[in-house]
Amino acid sequence: MFKFLRNFKEGLSRTKDNLVGKVKEAVGLAAKVDDNLLDTIEQILIEGDVGVAAATRITDNLKEKVARESIRDPNDILAALKSEIAAILKSARDPAHLDSSTSPEIWLILGVNGTGKTTSVGKLAKFFRDQGKKTMIAACDTFRAAAVDQLAIWAERSGVECIRAKDGSDPAAVAFDAASAAKARGFDILLVDTAGRLHTKTHLMEELKKIKRVLAKVVPEEAIKAKLILDGTTGQNALSQVKLFADVVGKIDGLMVTKLDGTAKGGVVIAIAEEMSVPIDFVGLGEQIDDLKPFDADTFVAALFE
Amino acid sequence: MFDSLTEKLEAAFKKLRGQGTLTEDNIREALKEVRRALLEADVNYKVTKDFIDEVQKEAVGAATLRSVEPSQQVVKVVHEKLVKLLGETTVDVVISDPPPAVIMVCGLQGSGKTTLCAKLALRYKKKNKKVLLVAADPYRPAAIQQLQTLGRQIDVQVFEIGQARPQDICREAVNRARKEFVDLVILDTAGRLHIDDELMAELADIKKLVDPKEILLVADAMTGQDAVNVARQFHERLKITGVVLSKLDGDARGGAALSIRAVTGCPIKLAGIGEKLSDLEPFHPDRLAARILGMGDIVSFVEKAQESVDIQAAEKLEKKLRKQQFTLEDMYDQLQNLKKMGPLESLLEMIPGIGKALKGATIDPKGIGRVEAMIQSMTVEERRNPQIINGSRRKRIADGSGSTVQDLNRLLKQFVEMQKMMKNMNRFKFKGLPKDALPF
Ligand SMILES: Nc1nc2c(ncn2[C@@H]2O[C@H](COP(=O)(O)OP(=O)(O)OP(=O)(O)O)[C@@H](O)[C@H]2O)c(=O)[nH]1
Ligand SMILES: Nc1nc2c(ncn2[C@@H]2O[C@H](COP(=O)(O)OP(=O)(O)OP(=O)(O)O)[C@@H](O)[C@H]2O)c(=O)[nH]1
Ligand SMILES: [Mg+2]
Ligand SMILES: [Mg+2]
Repeated sequence: MFKFLRNFKEGLSRTKDNLVGKVKEAVGLAAKVDDNLLDTIEQILIEGDVGVAAATRITDNLKEKVARESIRDPNDILAALKSEIAAILKSARDPAHLDSSTSPEIWLILGVNGTGKTTSVGKLAKFFRDQGKKTMIAACDTFRAAAVDQLAIWAERSGVECIRAKDGSDPAAVAFDAASAAKARGFDILLVDTAGRLHTKTHLMEELKKIKRVLAKVVPEEAIKAKLILDGTTGQNALSQVKLFADVVGKIDGLMVTKLDGTAKGGVVIAIAEEMSVPIDFVGLGEQIDDLKPFDADTFVAALFE
Repeated sequence: MFDSLTEKLEAAFKKLRGQGTLTEDNIREALKEVRRALLEADVNYKVTKDFIDEVQKEAVGAATLRSVEPSQQVVKVVHEKLVKLLGETTVDVVISDPPPAVIMVCGLQGSGKTTLCAKLALRYKKKNKKVLLVAADPYRPAAIQQLQTLGRQIDVQVFEIGQARPQDICREAVNRARKEFVDLVILDTAGRLHIDDELMAELADIKKLVDPKEILLVADAMTGQDAVNVARQFHERLKITGVVLSKLDGDARGGAALSIRAVTGCPIKLAGIGEKLSDLEPFHPDRLAARILGMGDIVSFVEKAQESVDIQAAEKLEKKLRKQQFTLEDMYDQLQNLKKMGPLESLLEMIPGIGKALKGATIDPKGIGRVEAMIQSMTVEERRNPQIINGSRRKRIADGSGSTVQDLNRLLKQFVEMQKMMKNMNRFKFKGLPKDALPF
């Protein structure tokens, strides 16, 4: 492996170049705060996958603020934009806190194909293990070629136990076995890796329901947290993903946005937080085991605006 | 919030309806909606802007020529432009002489490269080519096993030498292919970021070493605005020869296709429409454009229906029906046929006019699942001879399938009715089951 670890800020620096860098440029060029500048900001947001609706709302709010507070200095626009986005992303909870009253807490890791579910399970296993939590993972993607082997390697890397079955066996049965074992042996957290599935495929979504139903036979329903993994490169389709996965499992308890180490701006995060108020728990910033960081709105915005 | 591009465009064009002529003003008004719709479909901001500017020009010109419905005119102009931007004709992958031809598959992490490699291998194996799959991703955990598993599934040889340098893997593989008279070598490279200098250089190295005739960039149909950056970088570094759009089987509008095509000028050659290795289609620019515009994709629909129904099985079924031997087993097979065609809703959406009419009120897939589960819980004897299903059997089947005895009673009653109906049909010609005969 050639790649080195990137820390949170480094990983996001490209986002900064693309988004804030351009605002700064626009601000520098604009003689005063006018519609032109605000249009530029809207463009930058849209190009960052924020989406037309959210971008329009953000710029509308900015316009109002500019008028209300009679902001004249173009540089003050940045500060206003910063607080605007931070307000949308703020969440009061600690993403790493296991808040169910019984153990194990079960994280059901969901998402469309190739978003980074298995990798994120591997990273999370390490993360929780480092925190001293008794961690187990379950290989419930019995469908994709060598998905179980892939997870088994992550289990080895993170030094946690992995419950696995043969390829092609019933994922719900594996989930049940893992949950029972985790409960019997007093584990704190069970991470369940599931097969990638497009949210529009009804029969595959039914399978998820079944997994959840089976898990609820072992632990109380509130101890099962549905975590949706989104590819940060994804555009507006992410909104549909969140909505349809939520329809199936009842509620998405948290999001993880991967691949933010690329040039994709992850702006979809802002649109999702704004439109669906689903909190963001972690972000993926690379392919290595430590390239997963708890999402923190302030750090995110600070890194964005530094 | 989740209105499709189609609906947006329809709404936009509705505004034009009933207005006598296309003026610059009313077109601009409608195109504002089109712009928004394209952006929501993830077409890149700048690509959208250029597109709208051009349509604006052409639509105004057209208005003076004809006096058909204005919305139709704009639809026509928008559609034509979309097709043009997408590439007008279907361009296929080229396997040139002399063998071995090499295809290098590259792209971002998780875009669908390994799956595509196996799909391509299957495609050319069916054309009687000797194919060698090459596991050139030594980085991602179990990437090699993944390709090996897929190779086994389709009975195609996989070349691997473990965690070696990808350059060495590819060179050795091509050498081997020469010796073994392989027609086609397919290189499955590791996922990488377009900005990862080191890994991009590695691909350029491989290109130099093995001179691939095709360098295919796999792009996820769900990709957002960043598609332009990714495509531009891969194209600049490697001079890609084509693009494959994967995961087109979801509800992404595929705006990334427009963006990628616009920045690279490379043809989009193939479309991935599922996880199965047969889920690969030639990319049809006109169909995608038509689909984006809500004009339906009737051609795809018909083809898909033909492919999924096994002709021989259908004939066998017809014979059985004539002899009045239709059993629950046959019904189960029919359900599988239906399911093979993919999500029913997405199929129906391909038919003009139907997609919208049925929205929200479509076939209940749970119903299919329930019926399936019940039939699965029966013994072979019960499936063939449902009259033996007595009270205790009913309870067992209902329990086993997670349904109620009432559900099962309903199914059995419907089945008997279907049998009756079939008896009444004198010259029954099999064209699939009558639609309302299905118990869901
Ligand atoms: N650059 C980058 N790559 C990532 C990140 N997270 C995952 N990946 C890569 O993305 C690819 C897909 O990751 P997986 O974990 O296999 O994705 P998945 O969702 O489990 O995929 P399926 O199970 O096939 O649906 C792999 O090549 C990972 O190494 C990230 O944060 N940054
Ligand atoms: N629904 C759907 N899923 C697909 C399609 N093509 C690939 N996939 C799925 O997408 C996921 C990732 O596919 P891979 O072929 O492993 O992707 P990759 O680009 O090789 O990934 P890395 O090697 O980790 O970068 C898997 O779950 C595939 O089954 C497609 O056309 N439709
Ligand atoms: Mg996986
Ligand atoms: Mg791969």
